[in-house]
Amino acid sequence: MEAKENRERTDSLSESLKKPLPKILRAERRGRVLTYVSSWVLILILFSLIMFITSKGSSTFLDGEVQLANFFSTTWNPGEYQFGALSFILGSLIVSVCAALVSAPLGIGAAIFMTEIAPNWGRKILQPATEILVGIPSVVYGFIGLSVIVPFIRENVGGLGFGLLAGIIVLSIMILPTIVSVSVDTLQAVPNHIRQGSIALGATRWQTISRLLIRTSLPGLMTGVVLGMARAFGEALAVQMVIGNAPNLPFQLLEPMSTLTSVITLNMGNTVQGSAYQDVLWSMALVLLLMTLLFIVLIRWMTKRSDLSS
Amino acid sequence: MNAKTKDKIATVVFYLITLIIVATLLGLLGVILTNGIQVIDWEFVTEGPGSILTGGGGVGPQLFNSFYLLILTMIITIPLGLGGGIYMAEYAKPSRMTQVLRTSIEVLSSLPSIVVGLFGLLVFVQYTGWGYSLAAGALALTVFNLPLMVRIVEQSLSAVPREQKEAALALGITHWQTILRVLLPAALPGIVTGTILAAGRVFGEAAALMFTAGMTTPMIDFTDWDPTSPFSPLNPFRPASTLAVHIWKTNAEGLAVDAQDIMAGSAALLVIAVLIFNLGARWLGRLIQTRLTSSSK
Repeated sequence: MEAKENRERTDSLSESLKKPLPKILRAERRGRVLTYVSSWVLILILFSLIMFITSKGSSTFLDGEVQLANFFSTTWNPGEYQFGALSFILGSLIVSVCAALVSAPLGIGAAIFMTEIAPNWGRKILQPATEILVGIPSVVYGFIGLSVIVPFIRENVGGLGFGLLAGIIVLSIMILPTIVSVSVDTLQAVPNHIRQGSIALGATRWQTISRLLIRTSLPGLMTGVVLGMARAFGEALAVQMVIGNAPNLPFQLLEPMSTLTSVITLNMGNTVQGSAYQDVLWSMALVLLLMTLLFIVLIRWMTKRSDLSS
Repeated sequence: MNAKTKDKIATVVFYLITLIIVATLLGLLGVILTNGIQVIDWEFVTEGPGSILTGGGGVGPQLFNSFYLLILTMIITIPLGLGGGIYMAEYAKPSRMTQVLRTSIEVLSSLPSIVVGLFGLLVFVQYTGWGYSLAAGALALTVFNLPLMVRIVEQSLSAVPREQKEAALALGITHWQTILRVLLPAALPGIVTGTILAAGRVFGEAAALMFTAGMTTPMIDFTDWDPTSPFSPLNPFRPASTLAVHIWKTNAEGLAVDAQDIMAGSAALLVIAVLIFNLGARWLGRLIQTRLTSSSK
């Protein structure tokens, strides 16, 4: 009698031991669901962002409020219903391409210095320097541009000071850290035996750098430059503060001009909601979004190429 | 020119480039701090803005708003970022969904902040009917900060040695328990450092806030701490301009007689805050690291 009871007890015990505690299982499932939900939030945010900006930006044209030809012209005169945004699109493009051109040699040079010439102390100085440059808020860059660079240009180069040149200088400092950090990563990924082989053949350091390192890592270096360009393209406040904000075509270094971001930041707050003027600003935001997506596609394509070549 | 001379010239050029960059940084910091320090005093940090005609006053409410908005943003971002990061590091299988998620993170983190701000204006300001408010600003900043946060958590978790995870699983505890009890503590220094650095970025952000949290601060009463009262500094549904937005607006309006001083002082405050965030992040990360490893005996 007692033996049987005992066996029953051990049986049920072994049964329950075979299964994990339901409490633990529940926690396991809950954790999984929680993390799953938070990652879906990300996707949801991105898709609603694209959807909202696209529908708001394209309705300007779909409602027939403003013709596409009007939008892609160069005459900007909202009072007369002239909403030509082409000079702003060109302005954004030119200022960011020029900033990248100024910043690329400096950034890549600094990266080479950190990896090839003085890996120890060079890195100890430049690494924190670029990190601080990243951390400085963009309005502060704008303020520096306003109080140092603009007066300097006005007194030493000519013009009002506000304009393309000031914008290029401010943006090229802002995107420098991006170019440096991507370039450092790329150069470090070049296998050491390539350097050793070159030195063993009697090449100088500069020959090794210019003929081997830069060539093997070119796709990666270019990715950094394009990333910097994308950052410059989307930068709003620092540019707005130094660019001059006149609806001119952006072909004179010392003339005030405008970019997509500067026009949006200046006018979105003080135009009437639902007016054609504000709807055009939303269309400019859509152009900005599309250009950013284009930059991302370009960067993806380039990263794929650099993965293939290494 | 022979190869040796070329090599020497190139070396000199690289040194020059480094010099230019370091000099630019030092010059930047020098200008900001020397201009700003003259303006900053106790009154500037605590008082509200003075009259635009007579000047004076300070940026007390703006400074408070910056910190309060940062806290609100972090309350939303940290749990979501932890969830997303854990999912990416531990649960995501190489599937289509993971690929979509990875691309989304990449796209979100490279969107210009002004676009994020405009999205916030459409959804959090107009659609919800809150108007310009701290809550709308915090949500916009979340959009801006979340992808970075997810990446920080994912990278810190992936850097934990594989053996620690395997040992935990071999002891028979479940995957979720392993994540909570083994992986997260081990990844904590990296997560803390990254989070504070991200916080520094949020602190100086302005473009995403201009059209979400607004560009003005209404009268607030610093003796009223009831979050539902419209004059309370804690009310999340009041408009609030942060320090960075205040700089931009002071310049764009150009009305105040002492605009230059206001901007110089606020810029110096921002930069000092960012430097403190930067150093603090490193220091705290290292502190947690030593606490967790050496003094755990």
